[in-house]
Amino acid sequence: MLEVKNLNVFYGAIHAIKGISFTVNDGELISLIGANGAGKTTTLHTISGLIKAKSGEILLDGKNIQKVPPHTLIDLGIAHVPEGRHVFARMSVEENLKMGAYTMSNQKKIQENLDKVYKLFPRLKERKKQLAGTMSGGEQQMLATARALMTDPKIVLMDEPSMGLSPLLVKEIFDIIRTLHENGSTILLVEQNAKMALGVADRAYVLETGKISMEGTAKDLLNDERVKKAYLGA
Amino acid sequence: MTTFIQTLIVGLRLGSMYALVALGYTMVYGIIRLLNFAHGDFIMVGGYAIIFSVPAVKAMGLPIWVAVFPAIIVCALVGMGTELVAYRPVRKNGTAMSALITAIAMSLFLENLAQAIPAIGPNPKVATQIFPSSGIKIGKVTLDSSTILTIIIGLAVMLGLYFFIQKTKIGRAMRCVSEDKEAATLMGINVNRTILITFGIGSGLAAVASLMYISAYPKVFTTLGVMLGLKAFVAAVLGGIGIIPGAMLGGIVIGLVESFTMSYISSSLSDAFVFLILIVVLLIKPAGLLGKNVGEKV
Repeated sequence: MLEVKNLNVFYGAIHAIKGISFTVNDGELISLIGANGAGKTTTLHTISGLIKAKSGEILLDGKNIQKVPPHTLIDLGIAHVPEGRHVFARMSVEENLKMGAYTMSNQKKIQENLDKVYKLFPRLKERKKQLAGTMSGGEQQMLATARALMTDPKIVLMDEPSMGLSPLLVKEIFDIIRTLHENGSTILLVEQNAKMALGVADRAYVLETGKISMEGTAKDLLNDERVKKAYLGA
Repeated sequence: MTTFIQTLIVGLRLGSMYALVALGYTMVYGIIRLLNFAHGDFIMVGGYAIIFSVPAVKAMGLPIWVAVFPAIIVCALVGMGTELVAYRPVRKNGTAMSALITAIAMSLFLENLAQAIPAIGPNPKVATQIFPSSGIKIGKVTLDSSTILTIIIGLAVMLGLYFFIQKTKIGRAMRCVSEDKEAATLMGINVNRTILITFGIGSGLAAVASLMYISAYPKVFTTLGVMLGLKAFVAAVLGGIGIIPGAMLGGIVIGLVESFTMSYISSSLSDAFVFLILIVVLLIKPAGLLGKNVGEKV
């Protein structure tokens, strides 16, 4: 599905991503874990075309997607739930969801997908007329996630869904992620909360100052002494 | 009483004109946080476009005001051209300050370019009458057709714009881009194209304001847009810059203040009062009449 090969990204003179490679297979949930500043968000932004890579390849179903304009990536099947949610604060919940389907023209399909995400997030249905900016962080995270599902994407990139949420809400959000995965979605999850991220993932990569330092099945990494010590607080 | 009603109507007429120009300022500010100082000069461009289109419109046997349509196209093209040639490259590489200076430079450039074009030149041009001179009398109040039409056109354009922004796909894209460019890109919105369309619409509105201006003061000159643009800018700030209903409200308020000062206090003080009102409102409500008092989002 998604293949990143030897990616190098610079912020000015700073070498933020130093030749990382990883793959996300069809139907997999892959977690990218690591400390603050390790380059997780940069990696997702580069896949979404918001930042340009210096070198390396990003392939979606074998096709290089680095040359296409960033706003057309959603049509290729890449949806991105950005860090900090980035919901449209002055729009209602339903307007936000419809913006998720901005590039779709089939009104019937949009309505179908709207019903689908409302089923997945009943709380959003209750609040469909509410302005997104007046909702709590957890609700905004649900909205940002639901918005990304409106186009039936091939792969969902999720950036720090747990950020700023209470432990109870973090659990709720991860339950949703697990459900999405069980329903067959392909997900690339970036998280600081390594315990939760490894708990839901099939496989995972550990990112350390722009390099992948470890990779493996989530289960193996959960039991790895170094991971335990550095990321799980054990 | 007659004076009061007459003053009110003149105020609404001026206000409609200011509101349309203020909308252009506020739409551009809302979407790229740029004070487009060249916007006032788009009114001048529209004025000349109307004057040069009138003979053709007459030859075709159409009413004179139809000349506004070619002017809308010319202004939209000039506005979009300004964005493409001047603002977009600066936005990509420069700071907010360099963008602001580019806007001032564009304003001076347009004024001086107009003077340098032989068909325009430094001397004012007199325009033909735009609307028929007939009028109606209600009681003791006389309303000429250009006053009535200016108010009606102003309201219709504002209402149309409001629905366009609320209900259409492009309108929703414009709101998204003004809120969050990164998220808008992730939704599949072409941000640069949306900004270009915003410039086109805002500048097109300036052409309609040109028509209103010429119908009241049938003389066009190269610095016509300076004072008008400045007052409309005041209107936009008064209503809350970046907020579309704010520009409409601010425009009407400025028109009324100007008209009532002229009628009841002194015609030479009207401009001073406009700016006085701005200062007073900003002291009480720094974000403008409809603005929310929140810090700049980071």
